[in-house]
Amino acid sequence: MTRVVLQALLSHWWRNPLQLFSLLAGLALATALWSGVQAVNAEARASYDAAATTLGEGQYDRLQRRDGQPMDQATYVQLRRAGWLVSPVVQGRLNGVRIVGIDPLTAPGGAGPTLTDDAADVGRFLSGDGQVFASATTARDLPELEVIISPETAAGTALTDIGLAQRLLGKTNQIDSLIVLPGQPVTQTAISDIAPQLIRQQAQGGSDIGRLTDSFHLNLTAFGMLSFAVGIFIVNGAIGLAFEQRRPVVRTLRALGVPLRRLITVMAAELMLFALVAGMIGVALGYVIAALLLPDVAATLRGLYGAEVSGTLQLRPVWWLSGLAIALGGTGLAASGALYKLSRMPLLAAAQPRALAMAAGRTARLQGIAAAALLTISVLLMFTADGLIGGFALLGALLIGAALALPLILNRILASTSALAKTITAQWFWADTRQQLPGLSLALMALLLAMAANVGVSTMVSSFRVTFVEFLDQRLASELYVRPENATQAAALVDFATPRVDAVIPIQSAEISIGDQPTDLFGARDHSTYRDNWTFLQATSDAWDTTFAGETIIINEQLSRRAGLNIGDEITVQDKTFAIAAVYGDYGNPIGQALINEATFATLYPTITPENFGLRMDPANVGAFVTELSAQTGISISQTVDQANIKAFSLGVFERTFTVTTALNILTLAVAGFAILMSLLTLATMRVPQLAPAWAMGMTRRQIGQLELLRAVLLAMLTAVIALPLGLALAWALLAVVNVAAFGWELPMYLFPADYARLGLFALLAAALAALWPARRLARTPPAELLKVFSNER
Amino acid sequence: MNVKGCLFCLLPVTADAQGFAGLGADAEGFAVPQPDPVFAFPADHGSHFDYRIEWWYLTANLQDANGVPYGLQWTLFRSALAPTTSEDWSSPQIWMGHAAVTTPDEHYVSERFARDGIGQADVVAAPFEAWIDDWSLAGDWTTLDMTASGANFAYDMALTAQGPLIFHGDAGYSVKSASGRASYYYSQPFFDIAGTLQLPEGAIAVTGNAWLDREWSSQPLADNQTGWDWFSLSFDDGNKLMGFRLQQTDGGNFTSATWIAADGTTTAYSDGFLTATPLAQNAEDVPIKWQVELPVQGVDVTVAAINENAWMTTSVPYWEGPVTVRGSHSGVGYLEMTGYD
Repeated sequence: MTRVVLQALLSHWWRNPLQLFSLLAGLALATALWSGVQAVNAEARASYDAAATTLGEGQYDRLQRRDGQPMDQATYVQLRRAGWLVSPVVQGRLNGVRIVGIDPLTAPGGAGPTLTDDAADVGRFLSGDGQVFASATTARDLPELEVIISPETAAGTALTDIGLAQRLLGKTNQIDSLIVLPGQPVTQTAISDIAPQLIRQQAQGGSDIGRLTDSFHLNLTAFGMLSFAVGIFIVNGAIGLAFEQRRPVVRTLRALGVPLRRLITVMAAELMLFALVAGMIGVALGYVIAALLLPDVAATLRGLYGAEVSGTLQLRPVWWLSGLAIALGGTGLAASGALYKLSRMPLLAAAQPRALAMAAGRTARLQGIAAAALLTISVLLMFTADGLIGGFALLGALLIGAALALPLILNRILASTSALAKTITAQWFWADTRQQLPGLSLALMALLLAMAANVGVSTMVSSFRVTFVEFLDQRLASELYVRPENATQAAALVDFATPRVDAVIPIQSAEISIGDQPTDLFGARDHSTYRDNWTFLQATSDAWDTTFAGETIIINEQLSRRAGLNIGDEITVQDKTFAIAAVYGDYGNPIGQALINEATFATLYPTITPENFGLRMDPANVGAFVTELSAQTGISISQTVDQANIKAFSLGVFERTFTVTTALNILTLAVAGFAILMSLLTLATMRVPQLAPAWAMGMTRRQIGQLELLRAVLLAMLTAVIALPLGLALAWALLAVVNVAAFGWELPMYLFPADYARLGLFALLAAALAALWPARRLARTPPAELLKVFSNER
Repeated sequence: MNVKGCLFCLLPVTADAQGFAGLGADAEGFAVPQPDPVFAFPADHGSHFDYRIEWWYLTANLQDANGVPYGLQWTLFRSALAPTTSEDWSSPQIWMGHAAVTTPDEHYVSERFARDGIGQADVVAAPFEAWIDDWSLAGDWTTLDMTASGANFAYDMALTAQGPLIFHGDAGYSVKSASGRASYYYSQPFFDIAGTLQLPEGAIAVTGNAWLDREWSSQPLADNQTGWDWFSLSFDDGNKLMGFRLQQTDGGNFTSATWIAADGTTTAYSDGFLTATPLAQNAEDVPIKWQVELPVQGVDVTVAAINENAWMTTSVPYWEGPVTVRGSHSGVGYLEMTGYD
């Protein structure tokens, strides 16, 4: 019997392939977006983990010299001999690759290369014979070394023995930092008695990069969830339609004696089968989406956070299993209501098109209370939220509250407009629109969320872009940057460049710690490049004068916020105290930065020489200058970067960020449009009994169809009007709360009215397109069908 | 797998092919012990970089004021990747330290690794000091000071020699297999020891006697030897017995013993004189009770672990702990068993 029942039920899909398509497509689309985003996140996280295990980065406390300079190797031995279980690390750059030297004998258990490779040889690794571990991509940058390909080594990093690393980096007998191992012995001499110049940096508890990029991944996840929610609306619509249309079949089957329980089981099994098929299609599509997005995401993460993420996707069970699970779960969620209704339906019940609207009326009150509560919470959070979690709670409360409030607001608007209506047709139009609201509200909520997310995210990204472009123009004032390899090259560069360019600006820095924040301290030469171009967020009137006189220091916003330092506060560097003269915006920099006068810097850090030079010249001469520089001094072209290149690269990063967000934006909007289409299709069938009286009273079917179209566009327009302020509130929360928590800087918010208008038009167009087909169907409903309404023959 | 584990992949722990911990590995390039050695002190207390493996191995049987027995171990191993040394990271010598304290209920273990050539670990012959990190064994061999520490224990001990150095086998040339594999092996088994144990329950003053072994070789084990059971027994009558049993893949074994009279005179016994028979195993199938017989000296004793769970949870794991001796002779001692993991 089961087979016969299943056959009868399945025949519905044969007759309505479009419905089957929308069910499968909706589910597959939702699963695809969800699992695609999950795949990207999983890939990025795996890359961070690889980086973290390479060095135990962030997992262990570290000892470093207070002035950020390498320590003497003897200090390491002294500490070991005093009972401190510490492991030395030396690092630096070679051909752009980060070379990390470790001592595998003392490194924490998880650190060090995986020596499972046949080519790996501990003896050779230890004896400094040149074994270097890196990923295949990184290995290409180190042609002169024997590199052993180790996929588990973090991207952009090469790992080798400390002895070889010291030689490669010219750091003989020097150690950059010491990892403090867990399980220290019970008897030790205090570090301050052995090496008072060292400070202990606390472990970060999880990888640093992971924390830094959390907001980015939360963004992606939020997009994925949003898409999935919208997808579930579609599935809900498709299932609702199918169940509605199959009522006669169900009635017949039950009249023939099929038990209710078996019928429900078969229908549930049927849906789960669809879910499984759609889920698999979705996961496959998700893989494609992820593969397309990943290179952009990788570039964005590298540009924004310096986090190296592998650009190739691996098939990870975590996300494809979660994709299938969420497809099944989502279908269950969407179908549970329909199955419940089926179980409660009297055996020979006629269809009850008004039931939906009546049930909606009962829950409206509850929905209103929930919406009010969530919106109140979001207002409270606007003033109090200061962390990432708070920021995202704010976003969640705001979006869900607004979505819940939407049908109520629309209902109120429609009620007040219908009171103004003069003609009977107009009154009927408004009243009928109100009556349709409950059936359309899910689709409209989807549209609201998609549009608000669009407005919010594009406002944030565009504001970021505008600010960043201005910032690049200010900060990258020098036309050419040159990085000499050593002091000899630096001297040659200065000699060569001084007569040929407008100014040579040495850039020197030390990695220090201010208020427990890792900070790059720069020594700057008094030059108009700084005075003319840098804009301050806050400053004393003579900030540059006092700073170049060696009396004050200026710091970036990140340091100001994280260390709680403001203008007038004092900072001590190497026993010299500076007052803070100004705070500047420093977008895109994950850590603190501070700037003092060049001469003062030289007295505090006599051993540090400039690593970088900014050259001011006519931009037209840059090319010729670089060629001549290379020929005369041996400084290779790869050691120079011209301003245009840096700007192009930095902007490229932003364009790629755009690619990701734009792609996701368009996808969510498309999915929302699809949701409207499915909802209207569902309603169209149910609406015949409601439209029949209007037709009977003399309205033409054409008129009815036109009014249907108008109604959809009107509802979409009202939704768009509500979505705009919601989107702006979202943008504000992203810029002023989430951004500050994630990056440490606040961005000014810019408005882009043209973008919003275009988005509104798209939304109307999507709604109109979605409504067109159902409207045409209504307009072409055969009069016989309409007549049937009055003869109870449906 | 991390590098430390792999370090002894150099000395691969493959029971069938190369003996325990690679001690049967090929000696290519390294010096090999020769019969009739002439030792020169204090130089031979120091390192022999041209031999593959070497150790300074001290065990002690201790008692506190209430008569509670304790065991203590301080060991420094040197393992060479090549028979050379240098004053920087490239030195192919690797140092490994093991320290342990055994109580009747607990067994505390710590392990250290260090590169050679940078001063983190080394052995200097004169004035004698062997160290790795903060662990050290220093003095003139008449008196020695010894310290070690771990995450949950530490000790600080003073040792005083009450007798001469003892040379095992043929004047310090100790044969390990029928095929003639051998090591240089001498001991100072006559140390009085006193000091303080730092345990989680607090500081405990202890006294007792200690036994310091020195051994170096390049391929002490034959290919078919998979581990050993080693006994150092101090009888109440002042006599001492060192004996070991090397296990072979064919189920047979190779034994050797040194009888040390109270005045320091020694008698060496080659393969077959000593027998050691397991009587009982602990939960991990490691024999913790043995019958040890050396009939020519009238020895027939039962050797039992004070703490059955004296398993050294180190990179190369083994069992090492204090024992009591009952039977024809009574006393205390130390038992080391390898090849059971």
